[in-house]
Amino acid sequence: MTEPREKDFLNIEDLFRDEELMIRDTVKKFVDKEILPEIDAHHRKATFPLKLVPLLGEIGLLGINLKGYGCPGGSNVEYGLAMQELERGDSGVRSFCSVQGSLCMFPIWAFGSEDQKKKYLPKMAEGKIIGCYGLTESEAGSDPGSLKTRARKEGDSYILNGSKMWITNGSIADLAVVWARTEEGEIKGFLVEKGTPGFETSEIKGKFSMRASVTSELIFNECRIPEKNVLPRAQGLKPPLKCLTEARYGISWGALGSAQACYETALKYARERIQFGKPIASFQLVQHKLVNMLTAREKGKLLSLQVGREKDKGTANHAMVSMAKMNNVQMARNCARTAREILGANGICDDYVPIRHMMNMETVYTYEGTHDIHELIIGRAITGLNAFS
Amino acid sequence: MNILVFVKRVPDTESKIRIDQQSNSIIKEGLNFIISPYDEYAMEEALRLKEAQGGKVTAVSVGTKENQVILKKCLAMGADEATLIKDDAGETYDSLRVAKLLAQAVKQKFTEPHLLLFGKQSVGADNAQVPSMVAELLGMPQANVVTKLEIEGNKGTAYREIEGASEKVSFSLPAVVSAQKGLNEPRYETLKGIMMAKRKQIPELSLQDLGMKEEDLSPQLEVVRMDAPPPRKAGKVVEDEPPQAAKKLVEFLCQEAKII
Repeated sequence: MTEPREKDFLNIEDLFRDEELMIRDTVKKFVDKEILPEIDAHHRKATFPLKLVPLLGEIGLLGINLKGYGCPGGSNVEYGLAMQELERGDSGVRSFCSVQGSLCMFPIWAFGSEDQKKKYLPKMAEGKIIGCYGLTESEAGSDPGSLKTRARKEGDSYILNGSKMWITNGSIADLAVVWARTEEGEIKGFLVEKGTPGFETSEIKGKFSMRASVTSELIFNECRIPEKNVLPRAQGLKPPLKCLTEARYGISWGALGSAQACYETALKYARERIQFGKPIASFQLVQHKLVNMLTAREKGKLLSLQVGREKDKGTANHAMVSMAKMNNVQMARNCARTAREILGANGICDDYVPIRHMMNMETVYTYEGTHDIHELIIGRAITGLNAFS
Repeated sequence: MNILVFVKRVPDTESKIRIDQQSNSIIKEGLNFIISPYDEYAMEEALRLKEAQGGKVTAVSVGTKENQVILKKCLAMGADEATLIKDDAGETYDSLRVAKLLAQAVKQKFTEPHLLLFGKQSVGADNAQVPSMVAELLGMPQANVVTKLEIEGNKGTAYREIEGASEKVSFSLPAVVSAQKGLNEPRYETLKGIMMAKRKQIPELSLQDLGMKEEDLSPQLEVVRMDAPPPRKAGKVVEDEPPQAAKKLVEFLCQEAKII
């Protein structure tokens, strides 16, 4: 047997700066020490490891790529590498950070008033305020423009009525960024604090995917929101979609981490598992699977890195981000399934990570724009023709 | 309090080490390098002492330009300054060479340090010599393999791990202390720390800057040969009914393995 190649097959690490790798290694250590030993228990019980939140804040993993207001001020590539490592642990923890940073802190940072930024961002960066993001409704998923939650103007307040569905962090959040339509038909963003009369949440039970993460319904019944809690610089559907672009970018990196966990588990297993008198890794059919997993992941790394560098230069667009999310999540979904396959019967137990990642990836494949929707976004970009309407 | 922390760049403990028989050295290609884990305990202890009592923490490393990375990590953890003593000889496994360079740097460039903190040994070379040599060269008291450290004014108390017990030693400052696992739990570098480290310069000191010549460092040690440890033999499985298996196992342990 010849010595197997080390982990970084294409020497992609050479494309990163020292500080970027330092951030990756810090998060790697955090995942190995704090997440991996506990995650299976949370996954079984369907609970989110809430006690990690202050540490996520302390290390600086909440709102990584935002500058000022107590935010860490990292680059988009640094943000990506951190998401990659977190999702190597579990998609639920990465999702928490995506929602907190890209879906809740980002809209306040980008569309909020000075007072809103000062009031919420520093505490959110520390993990002292947990956020969630209410755009999707039970009947407005891929078509968020059809949302039905209403905001009626009354004096210097708005009255919210309606509900939001599939909201990550919903029941553990102190603050919800909620998108609703005014009587004039315009979509606006509202900052709804926990405990506001008329605002309730209900956790969605029975999930077979993303179990170590809280998913909820948000319900608004004559919920009064003062004018000062309206995001002043957000009008229409573009701002909420812009938040999604931020989160999707991080997800494209996260998928790489999930795929890494699955690939490494499968590779180790295949080299150790003896059948017919030799390691199953020596069989052509198994090598075929391993090689395809690795090749797809290495390509995915280059894709995310390129989009990240463009984003840092300010030259990325949402269709590029769609390509990265679409490609990498599909790759990770395939990787998890193939890894589970290589593990045979052992693959269906949580003694090995692939089954957990495989279940998680069903959510990641669906949220933040399904795979199909991203194809249509890219399709529109290259043909100039809109398939949505 | 002025604290110097000495850190070494070593291959990641998870890496598989391969040896080049021609050059009697390890093959660096494909290896991931890290700060030696025991040095991280030293770094953490320095930061805790500074947080409790004030002062300045400076990280120092001997080696090539590549050592900048571990020094940046020290800055990211919270060190105030970092200095690289540039020695292009790379890994010589010559502890005295490193100790002489460090001792000279302490004398020439760092004014009145109160505490010199090391890891008890580097992983990889595992000689555990440099801290003691530096203490000797500087005429300072030393406490090695320390699992608990208390500093009060000009006095230090260290708890050392010794065979089957813990030894308490007292000493006056300045002193050399080397850290053992258990001394503390090193913190995570924070993103803010890493961002700050990005902006800090790491000055380099050459042999000339230290007023030294290559002759001052003539090797006291020659690496004659380097071999990978022999592969572990496969385990033995005793297959039988429990009473017979126990008998066979005892026979094996007495006669073949000669353990009992």
